[in-house]
Amino acid sequence: MSTETTAIEVKKPAEALLSKRRKGLVTDPLVDSNPVTIQVLGICSALAVTTQMQPTLIMAISVTFVVVMSNIVISLMRNTIPTRVRIIVQLAVVATLVTLVSELLKAFAYDMYKELSVFVGLIITNCIVMGRLEAFALGNKPYDSMLDGLGSSLGYSWIILAVAFFRELFGSGSIFGIKIFDAIAGLFGEDFSLATNGLMVTPVGAFIILGLIIWVQRTKTGYVEH
Amino acid sequence: MQQSNTYIITFSAILTIILGLLLSGSSQILGPLQRKAEELDTKKQILGAVVDGDQLGKMKPEEVLSFYESRISSKVVDIEGKVIETAPDGSPVVAEKVNVGKNYKMAPENRMYPIFIYHAEGNPESVESYILPVYGAGLWDEIWGYVALQTDLSTIEGVTFAHKAETPGLGARITSSDVQERYQGKKIFDESGKIQSVYMQKGEGKDYESDLHKVDGMSGATITANGVNKMLKNYLEYYSAFLSSQKAGQQTEVVAVN
Repeated sequence: MSTETTAIEVKKPAEALLSKRRKGLVTDPLVDSNPVTIQVLGICSALAVTTQMQPTLIMAISVTFVVVMSNIVISLMRNTIPTRVRIIVQLAVVATLVTLVSELLKAFAYDMYKELSVFVGLIITNCIVMGRLEAFALGNKPYDSMLDGLGSSLGYSWIILAVAFFRELFGSGSIFGIKIFDAIAGLFGEDFSLATNGLMVTPVGAFIILGLIIWVQRTKTGYVEH
Repeated sequence: MQQSNTYIITFSAILTIILGLLLSGSSQILGPLQRKAEELDTKKQILGAVVDGDQLGKMKPEEVLSFYESRISSKVVDIEGKVIETAPDGSPVVAEKVNVGKNYKMAPENRMYPIFIYHAEGNPESVESYILPVYGAGLWDEIWGYVALQTDLSTIEGVTFAHKAETPGLGARITSSDVQERYQGKKIFDESGKIQSVYMQKGEGKDYESDLHKVDGMSGATITANGVNKMLKNYLEYYSAFLSSQKAGQQTEVVAVN
């Protein structure tokens, strides 16, 4: 679960559709409070689905859909949800949305459905989803909640896409299934070939890439854990 | 406020009904599309044993289905090689609908064994190869595939393997074409007509060109390779009655022509 709870005062006069505060809701989770690299949430799926770009992209879209939609739904219901059963209510809403995503994938992208298999179902347990519901959607209006969900899921998405980019490039020598290494090797003639690194396709590779991303990010932002 | 038990129970009940309706509705609407996607996937896998993967990948879904329609005929046999027309409950048996994985849980003699026959376009008599489904256990979970045999019923035309959860980069390589191509041209019967199957060896990088019953292994995935070996041997034995009856049939045909 998220460690921070966000409480935001809503100003009396109508706020601009994209005021500075609202922009912050979307942009903060991209770097400064990134759910993966700073809050260290949703790591399991970041390791599991990132061997190739294409399933990772589908996963990112699915998570974005679930986080944004569940944030909106819970925010709309926030005044009627009994406090004592709020976690179960959140879980029910999230589980329904995830099942919908899984059914849609099965109908329209069967190959991806097979590839991602259990990991789509496991979005339910992705801490980012429940974390945002507990920390934000329960106490804020739908539009703000939507922006918050969008920010968090985009923060998650770009990290897993970055991890997948390096894992597919170095592990399989391709990007989105296009054989980059073979193409490069082709430029240098017959005898030249680039070896792929088997470590990258195992979860260990994801840890290493993720660690490097966190390192670079913290060097640039100067973030220190207390 | 909002804390009374009645409120909580009512709230939960209404929420459950709404979410339940939503889910059952979506599954009703998407059901036909999902079944079509599954059917396409099965047929693609079957064709994968005889058609080049790249070529198959370029075909549109409708093209795959019509290609399958015109080139593949199917039947279901029992362990003795006799054709099964109806299921125990009287409904007609369709080879594409037979779930090999579910049948695997039954005793071998009670199972249904589908056979897919790849033939010349529009002419089911002129057989090009026999495609047999195989099923077994890998290291982590189930593995399955299709083996295509040439008309001598011994030479492997091609294989296609799939898996549920083998280790990426190690056991999962059974799905890659460079591993599957190693099986092409190998023979499942020895010269005396005894089933030998084809065995993937331990270690990788050796040349088994001259040995008709061995293929190069996958480094670091010996348990998956053993699973593949066992799967092939088991199923080729289950199909052996059918294969020998088919062979006998071929020989009488040759005699008749002479």
